[in-house]
Formats: sequence, structure tokens, C-alpha cells
Amino acid sequence: MVTRQRVVVGAHYGWRDWLVQRITAVVMTLYTLFFLALLLWHGGLDASAWQRTFGSGFFRLATFLFMVALLWHAWVGVRNILMDYVKPVTIRLSLEVAVIAVLIAYAGWTIRLLWGVV
Amino acid sequence: MAVVDRPVVKPRPVYLNLFAIRLPLPGLVSILHRISGALLFLPGIPLLLWAMQMALTSSDTWGEFRGWFASPWVKLVAIGMTWAYLHHLFAGVRHLVMDLHIGMDLPAARQSSALVLALPVLLTLVVAVRLW
Repeated sequence: MVTRQRVVVGAHYGWRDWLVQRITAVVMTLYTLFFLALLLWHGGLDASAWQRTFGSGFFRLATFLFMVALLWHAWVGVRNILMDYVKPVTIRLSLEVAVIAVLIAYAGWTIRLLWGVV
Repeated sequence: MAVVDRPVVKPRPVYLNLFAIRLPLPGLVSILHRISGALLFLPGIPLLLWAMQMALTSSDTWGEFRGWFASPWVKLVAIGMTWAYLHHLFAGVRHLVMDLHIGMDLPAARQSSALVLALPVLLTLVVAVRLW
């Protein structure tokens, strides 16, 4: 008798997304604490303190890291929501493409904000 | 012969009446985690980028940005976003702690979910009081 072993295969992105969601979460949590400490240190931020803070290359890089983590985290989360509630494949795929496009546009906006590349 | 061994066929799929189920506290934290996450995606991220742009461009745009907060509607949105961020953050930290197998038994999970529900609300109230 021939026994067929049923091999379950998939795209294997599940575990990667799981890990990405946690690593990006930790990055954002650290940045949030750092930012709150900065706010408390300055006792709130007025226009000049705010612009001076963003004048530092380190702060801009940290903010960029936070934004990348945020956008990536948003992609994993929003895709999970779409997979749960939007069953028709064409609509879901269209929405996913729209979300990716918007997130990439946000990334461009972030870079322009931080480094003034127009 | 083997008929006896066959499991009883149940009608599938099973449809649950969600409104007849009382949602336990950890379940409430979970669905609010999802709802707050969706709100942070929209309108959260574009609002954040817009706020950053207003704050960074010049002193004039900074003043304009501050001016927006005179409107009670803008204050409400800011308060709502504050809650969404805090709830999502606290519920996420709870997730990470549970990933380390800490607080996995039911009483601990109930207690931590109560904490995760209450703390962001309290902190949001502090922000709301300062904002008004």
C-alpha cells in the first residue's frame, strides 16, 4: 500500500511577520520612551526647541528608524485585518496594493520632511 | 465494519452568534488592540506626518499648528489618537510579556487585561485635562 505523506507547504511568511511585528514594536516603544524623556527634559517643546531637536543628525536618524518601523508594522497589521474581513480576492488584493502604495508614499514624505529632499 | 469508528458528522461551518457571547476582558483588550491599530493607520499616520511637517517647516507653520488646537474637534481627535496610541502600546507590551510566558494563567491574564484597559484611559484623561 502506498502511503502518501501530506506535506503542508505555504509561503512561510507567517513566522517572519510575527517576528517583524515584535521587533518593530520594540523599536517604536524605545523611541516613544526616548521622545517622552525629551519632552519632560525640555518641559514641552516650543518652535525653536523642536527645530533644534530635529537639527541633530542622530535624532533625525532615530525618527527615520521609528517611521520605518511604524510603516512596516502598519503593513503587517492592516494586511491581517484585510485577510480576516475582506474575502473576495480581487477586492482584497486591490486594497492591499493601495495600502502598499500609500505606505511607500508616507515613507517618501518622511524622508522629505527629515532631510528636505524635494 | 469501520462504520462504527467514524466520528459523528457535525454540521459545518459553525456559525456563532457573537452578540450572545459575553466578551471576557482579555477579549475586549484584543478587539480594542485591533480597532486602535486601524485608527492609528487611518487617520493616525497621515495626521502624524502632517503634524511633523507643520512643526518643522517654520515658526509660522508651528504657530498655525498650535492654532488648530483652539478647535474642540481637533482636541477630540488628538485625545482619541492619544488613547489609540496608548492602548495599542500597552496591549502590545502585554503581548510581548506573554510571549515570554509570563502571566499566562487565567487570573493573571484577567488582571493584566484590566490594567491594560484602565491605564491608557487614565493617562489619556491626564492629557485631555492638560489640553483643555
